[in-house]
Amino acid sequence: MQWEIVIGLEVHAQLATKSKIFSGAATTFGAEPNSQACSVDLGLPGVLPVLNREVVTMAVQFGRAIEAELGYRSVFARKNYFYPDLPKGYQISQFELPIVGRGDVDIELDDGTIKRVGVTRAHLEEDAGKSLHEEFQDCTGVDLNRAGTPLLEIVSEPDMRSAKEAVAYARKIHQIVQYLGICDGNMQEGSFRCDANVSVRPMGQEALGTRAEVKNLNSFRFLEKAINYEVERQIDVIDGGGKVKQETRLYDAGKNETRSMRSKEEANDYRYFPDPDLLPVEFDEAFVAEVTKDLPEMPDAKRVRLIEQYGLKVTEAVTLISCRTLADYYEAAAESAGDAKLAANWVLGDLLGALNKSCLKIETSPVTPVMLGGMIQRIVDNTISGKIAKQVFEAMWAGEGDADAIIEAKGLKQITDSGAIEKIVDEVIAANPNQAEQFRAGKEKMLGFFVGQVMKQSKGKANPQQVNELLRSKLAPS
Amino acid sequence: MSLERSDVEKIAHLARLAIDEDKVESYAADLSKILGLVEQMDAIDTEGVVPMAHPLHMSQRLRADEVTETDQREKYQRNAPQVESGLYLVPKVIE
Amino acid sequence: MFEKTITELSAALRAGEFSSVELTQAYLDRIKQFDGDLNSYITVDAEGALATAAEADKRIQAGETGPLIGIPIAQKDIFCTDGVKTSCGSRMLDNFIAPYDATVITRMKQAGMVMLGKTNMDEFAMGSSNETSWYGPVKNPWDLERVPGGSSGGSAASVAARLAVASTGTDTGGSIRQPAALCGITGLKPTYGRISRFGMIAFASSLDQAGTMTRSAEDSALLLQAMAGFDPADSTSADEPVPDYSATLNDDLTGLKIGLPKEYFGEGLDPEMEKTINAAVDEYKKMGAEVVEISLPNTHLAVPTYYVVAPAECSSNLSRFDGVRFGHRCEDPKDLEDLYKRSRGEGFGDEVKRRILMGAYVLSAGYYDAYYLQAQKIRHLISDDFTRAFKEVDVIMGPTTPDAPFKLGEKASDPVSMYLSDIYTIAVNLAGLPGVSIPVEPVNGLPAGLQIIGNYFAEAKLLNVAHRYQQQTDWHRAIPEGYDV
Repeated sequence: MQWEIVIGLEVHAQLATKSKIFSGAATTFGAEPNSQACSVDLGLPGVLPVLNREVVTMAVQFGRAIEAELGYRSVFARKNYFYPDLPKGYQISQFELPIVGRGDVDIELDDGTIKRVGVTRAHLEEDAGKSLHEEFQDCTGVDLNRAGTPLLEIVSEPDMRSAKEAVAYARKIHQIVQYLGICDGNMQEGSFRCDANVSVRPMGQEALGTRAEVKNLNSFRFLEKAINYEVERQIDVIDGGGKVKQETRLYDAGKNETRSMRSKEEANDYRYFPDPDLLPVEFDEAFVAEVTKDLPEMPDAKRVRLIEQYGLKVTEAVTLISCRTLADYYEAAAESAGDAKLAANWVLGDLLGALNKSCLKIETSPVTPVMLGGMIQRIVDNTISGKIAKQVFEAMWAGEGDADAIIEAKGLKQITDSGAIEKIVDEVIAANPNQAEQFRAGKEKMLGFFVGQVMKQSKGKANPQQVNELLRSKLAPS
Repeated sequence: MSLERSDVEKIAHLARLAIDEDKVESYAADLSKILGLVEQMDAIDTEGVVPMAHPLHMSQRLRADEVTETDQREKYQRNAPQVESGLYLVPKVIE
Repeated sequence: MFEKTITELSAALRAGEFSSVELTQAYLDRIKQFDGDLNSYITVDAEGALATAAEADKRIQAGETGPLIGIPIAQKDIFCTDGVKTSCGSRMLDNFIAPYDATVITRMKQAGMVMLGKTNMDEFAMGSSNETSWYGPVKNPWDLERVPGGSSGGSAASVAARLAVASTGTDTGGSIRQPAALCGITGLKPTYGRISRFGMIAFASSLDQAGTMTRSAEDSALLLQAMAGFDPADSTSADEPVPDYSATLNDDLTGLKIGLPKEYFGEGLDPEMEKTINAAVDEYKKMGAEVVEISLPNTHLAVPTYYVVAPAECSSNLSRFDGVRFGHRCEDPKDLEDLYKRSRGEGFGDEVKRRILMGAYVLSAGYYDAYYLQAQKIRHLISDDFTRAFKEVDVIMGPTTPDAPFKLGEKASDPVSMYLSDIYTIAVNLAGLPGVSIPVEPVNGLPAGLQIIGNYFAEAKLLNVAHRYQQQTDWHRAIPEGYDV
């Protein structure tokens, strides 16, 4: 049978605020256990929540970025359940009236076509703490530092039809929240988490199959693998005459499998109701205008512009906009270089290569856009050749200064004095009469040999174009 | 509306409340009585009435995003039944 | 010393007739003498009180003139007090030393008040007789066989018996006004949002409001002045100006329009109670007030609505008491579920459990619309009744309770009949309005209360109306026999 895969994603983006959603405790990652859990985060008796302005701002910015309907009046509700990492016995979330309503994002598929994925809603909620199961023999330890960290939960429609589409969607959301600067996107630290609702149905069937919710997907790679595993599992279950159970499953990256979560076995009755400690969140057009007036350019718009403005290829633009800081770096380098195409080659080639090799982020690159641009200028004005430039780039990376300083210090300036080049060319031809003969006899390939020799003699500094021209004229049959 | 034993057991589990076996019936009876009182609401036509969650017609005030809390772990954990290495301890949980 | 109002005590302290330490010690002695029978305090903090009193004496000597400096007060044990046990009348918090002060406590400390201790109360403020306290019932000083009312029963009894100059209470469905009426004192529940709820252990967040329990409206005005006002730590705190409550106490009442809801004078009201309330209203007529009959047609729905809304909120509010971070934990839990169930099962008493169960039930899948949503809609109708009434009248008057204090154990076995003792007070909480109960002529020798309900943030008017009555009558000065020494 032909199966159709149906996937919806719930993305939890941790909002990059200084303090928590309902308290003045810090949100810094990696602090001593419970040192950033204040009385409100701990749910001590009598304490009350007060909403952080910044989370409202960030949610509205996200809503605008995906052109969603905004909840001008949204309401916090309590989701009631017991768990050790949930101090109050309820999570403050939004239920009936979320702050962001229906919106859309476009994802690009492998074949280059654009697919529109619906965002059902996005709502604000507080994160739970962390349960540590491994530290103690018979106990679970609870660290509530993360409790109360603001989250924007972004819920998609079940619009995706493959693990690849799901990853493309997740990456797109990741891109958008990072562009907006509302989430640091760090998946290892849990700042950006995905849960996937996965189901299968016979191709052509209207009704959705029973879905399983897969949790613990802390990288795009795991997202893809977990979905693929889960799809196979569900098909096996059905093929084996069984029924897929609606349940929550945990992805185990080590074993590359999903398994039923014991703690979520029982059907929950969350008893949602409006949180009486909080009032409806209301804002108007003026507020929206204020918080979105300096909204950065979104990835789709940036891609179109980069192609138009710099004459880039689509593939180049797509890579450059994958991360806002990379795109910003590129534009700064291109401006400084004065040659956008060349700048794109260098950023996508040597720069990304070097970053990858040393596991650095673009923000911490030892070569700044201005340094890279300055070097490219020297290529453009023929001070150095592209080949020498690689040497210069390496030196800049090693912290030896900017391009001009390195060229000067290492004497890498290209030789463009035709007299000087002519002298080397003459010497090389004189030293290799056989090869010269072969060339003259029509063995065109030998030109490369001579160029190589001349460049070697000049320590790579001779202008390759001049070398070529001179060699051709000198080696021409007389 | 009267509550059965099983209803009481179900909500007691939801609320994570141990109820003495021999008291379940009396809880069921009391709760049924209270529900009897509450059921006077059934007769009221509330079509079109806006639910009132709150007595005052105010909207949520927003706080500036500032860190105002300092580490009070030691003080707060003095009230805790079981802590170790700064963590609150509970019986082992299997996820 | 025990006859004096706050204003008089304040003047005496400044005049050096006695010091705050002496005053405090005298009250501590009285507590020792009388509270064995009454059981109005859960915790007496003699050491802390005397230390604060000594500081207050210094402030007075340094020339500070705040009217509350050095005045001993009792705090309901629902307010968190830094370093002092805060039990909320529950076994669950028997071992809980609050690590911070409630805003109410902070403000009173700033005003220089001396906290004698923490008063007994119905467990988590759930009760109308003070019989649900883990620490045993409080007795009514007017008749030790009778209840003081609840949930602020300890606060009411301590003030009535002169074991504190004044006390604080909280009122979710009548928990200040009803015990004030039953103990013959003045109890004010302000507008919802007038006093910060921060640090006040929540029962039902959309109904809870702190207030004053005093011997007179004049004392109440001074206390309210210190307690009222915006608090950034409470999202539901009202950012409304706080008037000078003492300044308008003596305003003339000529032309005051009083509404008497016909629903408050019908079936269920003790005829003797009706008589004493009518007599009090006549007193107002003599002062030039105009009395009209009004209707609050949805009054009969207040108790049913309340017993959906309040349990729903409480079931969620009390989830944090789980034996993990503070409070009671059962012995040797075998797993997490056992830890939760037994800690909560042992930590909470029967009435609290009933309400948690009721709340979980009305919010559970399939019942939400029929119960919770319907209750919220009817809450609107009840609130609208008052809005309409206040277009016609300045204040609404009626009995605080249907009858005089009942006997210990009389209603304990029947939750519904207990709930109905708050029939006149509950609607006020649902609407969020301010109300005050003042002592009127006793019924068969037992205290009775006149309830005066005002429009939103009309506390100054309520205190003015209450004070003028207390200028004409002496009921508020009466001291229960045996405590007048």
